[in-house]
Amino acid sequence: MILSEAERGELERTARLVRYLILRTVQHSGAGHIGGPLSATELLVALFFKILRIDPQNPTWPDRDRFILSKGHAAVGLYSVMALRGYFPVEELLTFDKGGSRLQGHPDMTRLPGLDMSSGSLGQGLSPGVGYALGARLLNKDFHTWVMLGDGELQEGMVWEAVHTARRYRLGNLTAIVDYNGLQQYGWRGSGRGDRADPWAGFPLAEVFQSFGWRVIEIDGHDFEAILGAAAVARENAAGEQPTAIIAWTTKGKGLSFTEGRHAWHSKVPSEEDVRRAMEELGLSPEEVPL
Amino acid sequence: MKALRDAFGETLVELGGEYPNLLVLDGDLANSTKADRFEAAYPDRFLEMGIAEQNMLGVAAGLAFLGFIPWLSSFTVFFTHRAADPLRMLVAQTKANVKIGAAYSGLLTGYTGKTHQDVEDLAIVRAMPDMAVLAPLDAIETRAMMRWATAYEGPVYLRLARDPSPIVLPEDYRFEAGRVLELKKGRDIALLGTGVETPRLLEAAKLLSAEGLEAGVYHLGSIKPLDEDDLVRKLRPYPRVFTAEEHSIHGGLGGLVAEVLAAHDPKPVVRIGIPDTWGESAPNDWLLDRYGLSAQRVAERVLKEVKQ
Repeated sequence: MILSEAERGELERTARLVRYLILRTVQHSGAGHIGGPLSATELLVALFFKILRIDPQNPTWPDRDRFILSKGHAAVGLYSVMALRGYFPVEELLTFDKGGSRLQGHPDMTRLPGLDMSSGSLGQGLSPGVGYALGARLLNKDFHTWVMLGDGELQEGMVWEAVHTARRYRLGNLTAIVDYNGLQQYGWRGSGRGDRADPWAGFPLAEVFQSFGWRVIEIDGHDFEAILGAAAVARENAAGEQPTAIIAWTTKGKGLSFTEGRHAWHSKVPSEEDVRRAMEELGLSPEEVPL
Repeated sequence: MKALRDAFGETLVELGGEYPNLLVLDGDLANSTKADRFEAAYPDRFLEMGIAEQNMLGVAAGLAFLGFIPWLSSFTVFFTHRAADPLRMLVAQTKANVKIGAAYSGLLTGYTGKTHQDVEDLAIVRAMPDMAVLAPLDAIETRAMMRWATAYEGPVYLRLARDPSPIVLPEDYRFEAGRVLELKKGRDIALLGTGVETPRLLEAAKLLSAEGLEAGVYHLGSIKPLDEDDLVRKLRPYPRVFTAEEHSIHGGLGGLVAEVLAAHDPKPVVRIGIPDTWGESAPNDWLLDRYGLSAQRVAERVLKEVKQ
């Protein structure tokens, strides 16, 4: 066991708050994504509260771990976690998607300190991650680079250019985390882990990464213990030659009865009633939530 | 005569000695772009990225944010077309300190034909905010622009060319970003070029002079940033302006000059360049003749327009 009961309870409570903030923020702005941020919630909370070597008070610290949210449409999840971690006031979430905000619809590193890359055009984040990891090697620095991808964006060819290059340059200090929620904006007819087909059903994703020479760890992406365990393996092997892919099995829209497994919630705007219902389902009281 | 790509390779080596944080990333073309000279001099700072230009741009952005100065080596077309999205999102939008060595621009790409003849690159990159866009006229200016670009903090697109072209500028030439270069004063019309088309305009001016037409010759190598006042001021004496470029007449130098003059000093602008069509594989002389970009063809076009 990596976590004490109290620690796990705290992380789970943070995840519930994040889920609430995701819905509240998108409801307030009238635009944004829901399903992807909800599937990535535990991963993002684990990263920012336990895994990443970061200092929210000093977001440009040169030796910090680098983190890139390649699935940039999950920005509202990232912002909610960063706010709770102390990068900026939680109230600033209410500026999301408003003109002039640091909290753009997709992450913008030129506006918000603490972002190591802008993202939003899918399939691009792993390449700058390779750049950071390669640069760390050239500089003899021991920071780790983490890139979160969605499984949908693995359909972009550029991802595989980066997968190839990472192994060629033996970047054990690079970890890709795939938020494998099995649903995308529209996808293919059928059903799998949601109301559309799992895009990678029948494709051995783990073997694909392995064949490129990566270490692959498959986990339940909603289990903090599993997430932290996988991240620890990745960091322990950072001096080695194999980049690590953590394939985190998740559920799109996780945590709320009305969003789970429904592709329509990819970017649907919740009503006030939806937000109230979310608060109830998450076991939060109006006094507990910051917004 | 000297090819811009040779100046590119030599200057990379020179800059490598001055900037220990300068890296070269190559897209499997270093022996064409002449970036291979840098690998010979600094093998540990030469990073082969393979045939994967999109990834190369992303890797370069990550390296740039760690304080490295990545110079990239590939053909123009693979930066501005194949990798247009990462160029836009990961380099221009982030203001990453990445330098694009865009070799093989324009028509003269060594019998490759339309796939490799990039005559839309200026239109694409100059529309990208925060991207500096430079098109040197000779080997001297290539070196000067590379020195400027390496010292400058931010993304730079450098438009190079494959084949030898005349040396026009003096050894001690210093590049000034944004400025229009006056190469020859004139009276009747202005010829304004960019990249390796400019030296051909000096020849065209001689042909026109023999016909009694005194053409001023100007060079705009700094497509962006651009000192618009300087452009307007230098062209003010001329009733008519001819632009010429190894680029589409849409969105490149001709488009830029037409935009600026329409706003500040409206006058006729004739855009000489590739019309709305594709290139083809052929000898250089044939291509320059076919697309009206040789000195002779430029002079003929000017005389025809002036007589109308």
